Amino acid sequence: MSEEQHDVRLVVNGVTREIRVPARRLLSDALRHDLGLTGTHVGCEHGVCGACTILVDGRPMRACLMLAVSAEGAELTTVEGLTEPDGSLSPVQQAFAECHGLQCGFCTPGFLTTITAGLRENPHPTHDEAREMVGGNLCRCTGYQNIVKAVERAAAITAETAAAVAETAETPEGAAR
Amino acid sequence: MKPAPFAYRRPATLPEALELLAAEPDAKVLAGGQSLVPLLSMRLAAPGLLVDLNSLPDLGEINVAPDGVRVGALVRHADLLASAEARRVQPLLAMALAHVAHATIRNRGTTVGSIVHADASAEMPAVLSLLGGSVTAESASGSRTIPAGELFVGPLESSLRPDEVATSAFFPALPPDTGVGFDEVARRHGDYALCGVAAQVRVVDGAVAAASAGYLSVADVPTVVDLTEALGGAVTDASLAAAGEAALEHLDPAADIHATAAYRAQLVRVLTARVLRAAYADATTEGGSEA
Repeated sequence: MSEEQHDVRLVVNGVTREIRVPARRLLSDALRHDLGLTGTHVGCEHGVCGACTILVDGRPMRACLMLAVSAEGAELTTVEGLTEPDGSLSPVQQAFAECHGLQCGFCTPGFLTTITAGLRENPHPTHDEAREMVGGNLCRCTGYQNIVKAVERAAAITAETAAAVAETAETPEGAAR
Repeated sequence: MKPAPFAYRRPATLPEALELLAAEPDAKVLAGGQSLVPLLSMRLAAPGLLVDLNSLPDLGEINVAPDGVRVGALVRHADLLASAEARRVQPLLAMALAHVAHATIRNRGTTVGSIVHADASAEMPAVLSLLGGSVTAESASGSRTIPAGELFVGPLESSLRPDEVATSAFFPALPPDTGVGFDEVARRHGDYALCGVAAQVRVVDGAVAAASAGYLSVADVPTVVDLTEALGGAVTDASLAAAGEAALEHLDPAADIHATAAYRAQLVRVLTARVLRAAYADATTEGGSEA
């Protein structure tokens, strides 16, 4: 007896993808196995570690706690979709590099997605808020100190970039470009 | 850790969903799935059919009225937590929701789903019980309202029938002269609580007119204890200690890998005092819970 298959349409990092999967396919496995996007890591597979966190319609969620069929029509952002359009690192990615916010890197995709959404909601977190932001993600290497520093650095980079853009727009040369 | 095979349907209307459930006794309802999907993955549950509610219209609404807050079956914890209107009418909702798992889980998990999952270590079943709220259940044979007191019958067991869908939960508004509080202790922030307490206290002319507390993780079902008599009208160190002992008479803290029974009992004493004090302060603060 073959298992019933379902057609699922997902918008992943801006690209519409169609897959045919059994209902029991976890969204994390659909991303990795069916779409080849292995940046989303699977750690505990029951929602505790946060490594598989992706953005679903802009909000961080555990890909291992969703069925692919149930994500039909959703807009997903995985770690592969965080870089800037020109391929450069996003502020959060850049901050992780600068602050040494990763060692083995296994948990990093989940942190990057979580913090990206967290800073959109709260662009200027206090130290406590920065800690709270990553409270649902486990890291066994860093001891978290540099990850919290990276949250604060990413907020600073985003603010600096925004200020630079505003300044450019205010100057006549900027306006002329 | 992959789920066993199951059939899957995502109906577009509630009657369609109810028909599917009526025809298949071995079905489970999927909303947020933050408790169900791990159970499937660990194969602690292996239903024949999953009925996904996520396409149903109207179930994602939070209706705030002077008498209380009605929460639809597809309202995510995060949405209810963010609702300033809901917080104004019943401040205990936001106090407790901030302790429900982590923000990432709250983005997907639903409050109604958490309630009918009937986990005695979850926050919202205890809150619904303390407030004397209810759940509305629909089936192909009709609709009924289940008071919280009749909803929780055992560990992970509710009185909801297999052919029913809990379409909403109703949390009564904060009554006048009343304050609320919530606190819990967990091994790590966001983990299941070793013990949690929600309380409401009514204060008239500085004296406690009524006090009750709802407990999680220290009994097989969410348990509400009337502490009015134990407090004897006042909040003092002695009366709070008496309230903790009175509560323990109705609770059954168990030992597990995370804590001994004695430690959980101690948490009942400490948290009962802490939360009753906070609820009393909340009731006596100018502007009530707004402050």
